Amino acid sequence: MTIEKREAKIPANTDPLTNGSGAAAILSAGIGAFLLGLLSIVADKVASLKYLFVFYQPTGPLSGVTTMAIVAWLLAWAILEMRWRKRNVNLTRISAAAFLLLGLSLLLTFPPIAELF
Amino acid sequence: MEITAQGLWTLIHGMGFGGLYLLACSGALVELYHRYSPTGEGPVSSRDESFLRAYLIVMSALAWLAVLSGTYIIYPWYRAVPPAGTSIAAAFPQLLLKSSPSTSGWHSLGMEWKEHVAWLTPISITMAAAVVLKYGHNLRSHPQLRAAVLCFTVVSFLAAGVACFFGAMLVMHAPVEGGRVIHLMDGN
Repeated sequence: MTIEKREAKIPANTDPLTNGSGAAAILSAGIGAFLLGLLSIVADKVASLKYLFVFYQPTGPLSGVTTMAIVAWLLAWAILEMRWRKRNVNLTRISAAAFLLLGLSLLLTFPPIAELF
Repeated sequence: MEITAQGLWTLIHGMGFGGLYLLACSGALVELYHRYSPTGEGPVSSRDESFLRAYLIVMSALAWLAVLSGTYIIYPWYRAVPPAGTSIAAAFPQLLLKSSPSTSGWHSLGMEWKEHVAWLTPISITMAAAVVLKYGHNLRSHPQLRAAVLCFTVVSFLAAGVACFFGAMLVMHAPVEGGRVIHLMDGN
């Protein structure tokens, strides 16, 4: 009887590790990578914005582009983690979106493609 | 045998942080692909799991050190503008490369690509490390997560490869040199 009572107090491990945290990390990495590519083009092509990206003069606009992309990535990660950490989400769609963003970032950082804008 | 302070920093950035990162990539890819496969044989031991976690944390640190040293220490020397009246282009790598059609591509394609694409490396590998830290051996029961981590790690390897290749080419055509001269040893 005592053993049964003790066992009853220990909750069964019915809550397996959800995929939400992993999905949040993957999608936010895709977002951060994409923003890096996008901001690098904006800083290069929009003369009026170029100087806004100069956070550290010796490095020039690259300092602002990378800092803003990293901050946006970490913010997106924190927000998605808070929303998804206890849930199972559709990882197929989220991975596809993350890969698309990552692929776009690779294209946008490639100078011959960046020159098209 | 001597090396300048700027040359030493370039060496630490490229061969230290960047080169070590590239070498480490193959190990991480093999571990993630082989040991964490859903069809992997035998359980993943806690020792192996701890090893991969530490390995990915070190890789993330290397990636961050590489991009931060490159962006905030080496790049300002590379893009420095010579004072008015200076005619020695050799001390200003970007100017030197752009001064000739035969070398300008190393800047317009090489450096322009390298300075941005390199940043995909720390983003990707930090994500991979965080997922492995969180899930550990449970990645075997999350094959899609494992596949995504593998893909991002491959991209981090490619991005680091591009950065290292162009870094080596840029050093070959217009080395970043200057600052205090460090005497290493006497020759014969």
